[in-house]
Amino acid sequence: MTATIPSATGQPLDRVDGYAKVSGRARYSAEIPIPDMAYAYVVGSRIAAGRVTGIDASAAQAEEGVLAVLTRQTLPRIAEQPPLIPSLAGTAAPGQTFFPVQDDTVHYAGQPIALVVADTWERAQHAARLLRVSYEETPPVTTLDQGRDLAYEPERIFGGWIPGRSERGDVAAGLREADVTVDGTYTYAANNHNPLEASCTTAQWDGDDLLLYDATQGVNATQMTVSRLLGIPMSRIRVIGHYVGGSFGSKAMIHAHPTLAAMAARAVGRPVKLFLTREQMFTSVGHREEQEQQVTLGATREGRLTAIRHLKLSPTSHFDDWAEPSVGTSSQIYACPHYEGAYRLFRANTMTPTFMRAPGEASGMHALECSLDELAHELGLDPIELRLRNHTEVDAMTGHPWSSSGLRECYERGADRFGWAGRDPRPGTRREGDWLIGTGMATASYPVAPLANPQRARARLYADGTAVVQAATPDFGTGVATVMAQVAADGLGLGVDRCRFESGDTDLPNIAAAVGSAGAGMISAAVHSAATALRRQLVDSAVADPGSPLFGADPVRVVVRDGVMTAGAASESYSDLLRRTLRPDAEAVGQWNPPAHDVPYGMMTFGAQFAEVAVDADLGVVRVRRMTGAFAPGRVLNAKTARSQLMGGMLWGLGQALLEANHMDPDTGHWVSSSLGEYLVPVNADAPDVDVELIEVEDDVVNPLGVKGVGEIGQVGVSAAIANAVHHATGRRIRELPITIEDLI
Amino acid sequence: MRPIAYLRATDAANAVEAVSTDPTSDFLAGGTTEVDLLRQEVLNPRRLVDINDLPLTGIEGTPEGGLRIGALARMSDVAAAPVVRERFPMLAQVLESGASAQLRNMASMGGNLLQRVRCSYFRDAESPCNKREPGTGCSAIKGFSRGHAVLGTSEHCIATHPSDVAVALVALDARVRTLGPKGERTYAVDDFFLVPGDSPHREHPMEHGELITGIEVPATPVARRSLYLKVRDRASYEFALVSVAAALSVADGTIADVRMALGGVATKPWRARRAEDFLVGAATDPDGFRMAARVEMADARPTPLNAFKVELAQRAIVRALRTLSDGPGAGPAPRPGTGSPS
Repeated sequence: MTATIPSATGQPLDRVDGYAKVSGRARYSAEIPIPDMAYAYVVGSRIAAGRVTGIDASAAQAEEGVLAVLTRQTLPRIAEQPPLIPSLAGTAAPGQTFFPVQDDTVHYAGQPIALVVADTWERAQHAARLLRVSYEETPPVTTLDQGRDLAYEPERIFGGWIPGRSERGDVAAGLREADVTVDGTYTYAANNHNPLEASCTTAQWDGDDLLLYDATQGVNATQMTVSRLLGIPMSRIRVIGHYVGGSFGSKAMIHAHPTLAAMAARAVGRPVKLFLTREQMFTSVGHREEQEQQVTLGATREGRLTAIRHLKLSPTSHFDDWAEPSVGTSSQIYACPHYEGAYRLFRANTMTPTFMRAPGEASGMHALECSLDELAHELGLDPIELRLRNHTEVDAMTGHPWSSSGLRECYERGADRFGWAGRDPRPGTRREGDWLIGTGMATASYPVAPLANPQRARARLYADGTAVVQAATPDFGTGVATVMAQVAADGLGLGVDRCRFESGDTDLPNIAAAVGSAGAGMISAAVHSAATALRRQLVDSAVADPGSPLFGADPVRVVVRDGVMTAGAASESYSDLLRRTLRPDAEAVGQWNPPAHDVPYGMMTFGAQFAEVAVDADLGVVRVRRMTGAFAPGRVLNAKTARSQLMGGMLWGLGQALLEANHMDPDTGHWVSSSLGEYLVPVNADAPDVDVELIEVEDDVVNPLGVKGVGEIGQVGVSAAIANAVHHATGRRIRELPITIEDLI
Repeated sequence: MRPIAYLRATDAANAVEAVSTDPTSDFLAGGTTEVDLLRQEVLNPRRLVDINDLPLTGIEGTPEGGLRIGALARMSDVAAAPVVRERFPMLAQVLESGASAQLRNMASMGGNLLQRVRCSYFRDAESPCNKREPGTGCSAIKGFSRGHAVLGTSEHCIATHPSDVAVALVALDARVRTLGPKGERTYAVDDFFLVPGDSPHREHPMEHGELITGIEVPATPVARRSLYLKVRDRASYEFALVSVAAALSVADGTIADVRMALGGVATKPWRARRAEDFLVGAATDPDGFRMAARVEMADARPTPLNAFKVELAQRAIVRALRTLSDGPGAGPAPRPGTGSPS
């Protein structure tokens, strides 16, 4: 092995694309200038259940600039409906196993029933309003209250990845052994993703070749999904997504619009841009489902858990058994002999719910960690002490040791920074004027996503000493482009300013969609592999070359720094080597094979969340005053971007706790909040001081650089810490998310 | 959105003539609500008459101690004006608690008074809605009504009046000056806003083409000690769940003068006259405040989802009165980052 001296990895470098983004130079998928562009507007169903009995398009077609009205009579049938498999798997990944505008059945409000294509977007939208659609309407089922009696236990959920029920031991026996039990039912409003950039696809045909500019977490996923749906070869489809303006799971699966854009472009013989309005984002890209969870804990007087039961009820679509996997971590992260977790679903007039930041853990850990707080209170134990008494160094479900943990350090360092020690546990005892003050904490955990297939990247070094490293997966705002330049620099032995990372294009080496906090780990593995392969190739070439000062050196002893290979007193730069040997560049592809699924380790990222809230004693207003999060995400590739993501996750958790909510009107099956004015996310005035502590733990199981990801762990546990702080402030357990004023007055 | 013709008016008389002679024309001022509703096709004018060039942007104090505000003065400019901050602190507060900084830079004072309701059934351009399409029914009464009104409602409409500024103006007995096809008119602000009754599509008494030209606030010495308390889920950029504009003067331990209006709870900016009547001459004690609040909310007609507003409004009224009677500086200032409900 040759060696480099890592210097770039971990540095808090500024984003390489920051200037392009803030100056507007970065082009997103809705901003690609193509001559002769046409615009498609998706017409959604007004009713939530029933049938479209007719669409009179005559008025719309008569409007100036209208090129086509595509309904089920005129839009082509899809070639085949691929199954719903999470895009991480590296296969086609439709958001649901239903493709619209194929028949007359209406399954949910907003379901596409037609497309209007015109020469401007405004004309398309206006013409869409002129369609006279007649319906045969039946009463919808959309809410928990309506569906409770229809529930069934699914065999598997989450695209088939998770069993509907899992157990160990005997929970009934565990509860009998318990000295203390707590039991709580938690309800959650539905949540919608609201990335700054609404989803968009620009489609352009050149003969039989299709070029898509798509706002997606995985260009390959778009390519594979559209290929299957349209029945055209992969080799004929190229997908580009150079800039993606946030996703949070809304662009993790490939929903109908990229395929509809391609169909529309073919129909009118012009490039077509299809973008969703903010309002359509609420009905087109999935959501986090409304849900109810019940957690029952049994424990001994000493605070040792004897049983955990975690049940969930939620609505899913008519086509897929989807629930975000909320009850799984309850089986893993605390030592406890008896566990039962199960999902119940009912068919509702909704599209298939989908991934939303920390899918499952954000809601499941809320219920578990609030229940633990209640147990600590019952037992008169400090909440951290209770967690330490049930701490496990192995995955409690499989018995496998954690590949790395760091959880104890997270508790310690988090508590220290937050000033947890000496906390008076009695609720309702701290008051400042009209404000009741309380503090709370919770554990955070998020699984390291199991990858299914090899990941590849390519590294090219030019004779001038600059390098380009490439992989397909787009940077959807997380900082991948910056971080991978750092990883490549260390792999090659170059300065980071000499390395550029290029991504977001299916012409580049394949890599799965960056979902499940897996992006940094999988892309860095492939990039590291490509960069080190290229370095090895160049070093080997130098030591074997009689013209090189390094000729005959032991390649293991060659150190590369700033593009110069050195062995003892002898040295030669990459540039000199390439120029001397008349090579304009050198290139290598690196491949990383993820650990097998049966690797005998539990792979989990841990953290600890702390929050202080002020609750207005009369008015019920809750304001978060400060938060501390300590996280152990393996290796940190860039301290600045990692910190930003974790901070963003913590603020997201604040929103989940206090603000984010959507509800279905039970009569109409419509979301009642479909704008950023009504669907509340935190604004700057809500954001308190957020303190992020990074605890680096070594992990040589998950991937070569030991990166466990920071995309979601920042959010997990925040809502519980806040709810627990609200209890500490007021003495009231609010088991509903979000916690709102009416719960507290 | 549908194709719309556009005319930029150069003087008020022409603007009024252009709109009043064409039922399919509407005025365009800051556009911060109107453009959204045009895009949604909730509003469907054929032509917009842009009034932004009209010389209606003045903000000046009157010699008597009142204010004259041009209809096109921007919210942010009014909030920043020293004469406003000195004479009517409540008015500056109310402006700064509304919308966002960007919207306040754009939104006009006249437009603020005429902004349309936030009821999602009104704004979706589809649901039955008596305000948007008279006679089609009200979807909100049995629908999701957490933000809806509990006072001044009817069986035809329960949409909350969204303006913050109007709440303060109602408390201050402001007047709305207009220019219409029949000349100039002045309305007492409390008469300017209509409760829905059986005609929720009529929100104000102006005829088509009548233009707000200015707002007059009379000298109100009691307003030098005034506040606007806005209660909402989010610390900023959200309409009120409950708000209270209040001014109070105390002499020898009894209330000499009081002005109060409520926002977020009623179909129009709600002057709390019952509470005022109860309070004048009464002692500044918490029981009296609570009783006044209860009297004001006695006729509230809530839905299951907004029933909390009846209690919340009473608590907010008590808080506002207590804060004013305790005098400035009472109670600790909220820490940075905690936000403040006041």
